[in-house]
Amino acid sequence: MERVRKIGLPYLLLLPALVFELLVHLVPMAVGIYISFKALTQLYLAQWQGAPWAGLGNYRIAVDFSAPVGQALLHSFVVTCSFTVLAVGFSWLFGTAAAILAQDPFRGRGVLRAIFLTPYALPVYASVITWAFMFQYNNGLINYVLHNELGITSSPTFWLLGDNSFFALVIVSVWRNWPFAFLVVMAGLQSIPRELYEASAIDGAGVWQQIRTITMPSLRAVNQVLVLVLFLWTFNDFTTPYTLFGNAAPQNADVISIHIYNASFLTWNFGEGSAMSVLLLLFLLVVTGAYLVVTSRRRQDA
Amino acid sequence: MTRSLLHDLNQSEKLVASKGGAEIVHLIRTPVLAAAAVALAAAMAGCGGGTSPSAGGSSSGPATITYWASDQGSSIADDYKVLDPVLAQFKQQTGIKVNLEVIGWPDLLNRILAATTSGQGPDVVNIGNTWSASLQATNAFLPWTSQNFATIGGESRFVSSALGSTGAAGKPPVAVPLYSLAYALYYNKAEFAAAGISGPPTTWDQLIADGQKLTHGGTYGLAIEGSNTSENIHHAFIFAAQHGCSFFNAAGQPTFTGAGCVAGVQQFVNLMGQDKIVSPGDAEYDQNQSVSDFASGKAAMLMWQAAGANLQQHGMSPSQYGVAPIPVQSGTPGQGTNVDSMVAGINIAIYKNTKHLADAEKFVKFMTSESTQMTLDKEYGSLPPITSALSNSAFATPELSVIRNVLTTSALAMPQVSGESQFETLVGTAVKNLFADAVNGPVSAATVKQQLTNAQQQMSG
Repeated sequence: MERVRKIGLPYLLLLPALVFELLVHLVPMAVGIYISFKALTQLYLAQWQGAPWAGLGNYRIAVDFSAPVGQALLHSFVVTCSFTVLAVGFSWLFGTAAAILAQDPFRGRGVLRAIFLTPYALPVYASVITWAFMFQYNNGLINYVLHNELGITSSPTFWLLGDNSFFALVIVSVWRNWPFAFLVVMAGLQSIPRELYEASAIDGAGVWQQIRTITMPSLRAVNQVLVLVLFLWTFNDFTTPYTLFGNAAPQNADVISIHIYNASFLTWNFGEGSAMSVLLLLFLLVVTGAYLVVTSRRRQDA
Repeated sequence: MTRSLLHDLNQSEKLVASKGGAEIVHLIRTPVLAAAAVALAAAMAGCGGGTSPSAGGSSSGPATITYWASDQGSSIADDYKVLDPVLAQFKQQTGIKVNLEVIGWPDLLNRILAATTSGQGPDVVNIGNTWSASLQATNAFLPWTSQNFATIGGESRFVSSALGSTGAAGKPPVAVPLYSLAYALYYNKAEFAAAGISGPPTTWDQLIADGQKLTHGGTYGLAIEGSNTSENIHHAFIFAAQHGCSFFNAAGQPTFTGAGCVAGVQQFVNLMGQDKIVSPGDAEYDQNQSVSDFASGKAAMLMWQAAGANLQQHGMSPSQYGVAPIPVQSGTPGQGTNVDSMVAGINIAIYKNTKHLADAEKFVKFMTSESTQMTLDKEYGSLPPITSALSNSAFATPELSVIRNVLTTSALAMPQVSGESQFETLVGTAVKNLFADAVNGPVSAATVKQQLTNAQQQMSG
């Protein structure tokens, strides 16, 4: 009896977490997957369990790249991939560079670190809406500085419309996420022994060589998690593009989270929106799985 | 997080198994899994739809009904200030308490959809009148048959144009008109005088000519909210109607690419692209910046629904601007191709699964009664959809007289089809994309047709 109680205790302690995990994450996901197989439009909203079975119909519409709906989804997917690669790349680059530079103590380092962390700590809506005002064509700060003050551009540029909307989105995303990379890499750098740097300096290694041969390999495990987490967050980010562009994103910045929102909530075709969400989930699972396999295998080889 | 949970479970399982306690683990895990299964079943049953219509549904004793109001005032707090005394009066008259919740526009449709899906919502709710046909298709709202209309004083009390925006033709309305609004042209008197223009334009050619006289320095002739899909769709709809095209045919099929629709949308976006009377920066506007531009004098004209209260807040008094009907292609506003506004407004609907049907109907009767309408419409700057109240002198201000005239003579209801919401999003976004092109110069008919074709092809069901 004593043994049973000792073995049972961990499970009992885990039970509330398991229940909430089910209720908050897994059950809604299962319901969403179930809905993707039904033709759930506004006609059946009030009795959604009675909606007609659509089988793979919603999926076929979503992946039919010759038809407008599928074409729009593919375009949105490509935009999101390029956006994520750029945003994660630059966030990682700035974060790592700042962390390496702030490695050794100097006067004012604490203050500087606090300032660097501010974008990540600010509430998303407040900070992104401020960027939206700054990007405005007529009265925005950015056009005022670039055009009126510095005279770099001959006329004010559009940031929230047209081709530049993609870069505006990347800029805001990098601004928000690079402090997270900075934080994580800074923590990871703490675990690298000083002696390695000193020994390599004695052997005549320059700064870049030190970074290449000591810092990066030591940070491999940290970078693995960091890049994965940043990728998933950025790929799924809804708040930033929605606050920046409203519910109708410009074609160049039509990321997949907004696209699916438009395809379901604004057109009331929840079956189709669910099918797109499930496809997105499958894609992210495949990418995550492949990423972990590749990076883990490399570690074993090393 | 899930991964680490399963990982730990696996670890402890391995540990116990290695000690030969496999059967005991099985004994412990079964109740855990059973509990999880129960939770899953409960959740699935709980989040199921299914309406439970209550026949008759009147309860004895002091009842409470829940009412979701839309944000009609300058802020949500303002709405509570306006509605609370009215609801207190209702309680005094009938003994029914009303639980009020005021919901902002960005959230209202989502809340309504959630309430429809879950079957758990208010008894009475405000809806945008253009949502009527789409919400009617959900079958979750009480249809206003002549029997139900009798409980609130009959259908003939209401203005017929407002009734035209309450659901699909041939079916009983899904909601009853509550507040009525229409678009009008607001113009800056001082800037008109300075440019030597004697009065507001009545045709689009006149508006363009006036606009070009008014566009100089940093000011422009007209302000447009180019990134706001709702504003875009309302204007595109009227421009298309003025060119004789309807976005849906009689059978309810989308016909976005008709020659008149293309010409209408092209004319609208070329106010910026070709006629250059709209600032290119307006293509980005979707936070009512066009209203503040008009108030500050950066734009001399504005097309808006009952902007008076808004302009007052921006420091522009009614004496500084004039109000006129929106221009037509030629002639004077009327029906057919001389419409100049969509029928805007708010309707009030009752959920079919309400448990307090009689009380809810009493509340709707109260809200649409002449005295309540006088109070509320004066506060909100809208017009009552009740014929008897509409002729009251309180609604004879310069601004409201124009809007009243437009509503009763030259307004057209948006398409009452179940895909209306989808249509608003797709075509509104298409027009937003066309404005993004218009900043670079004139927009060709081919470009417009391509955007509209794209939008039409994405319409489903």
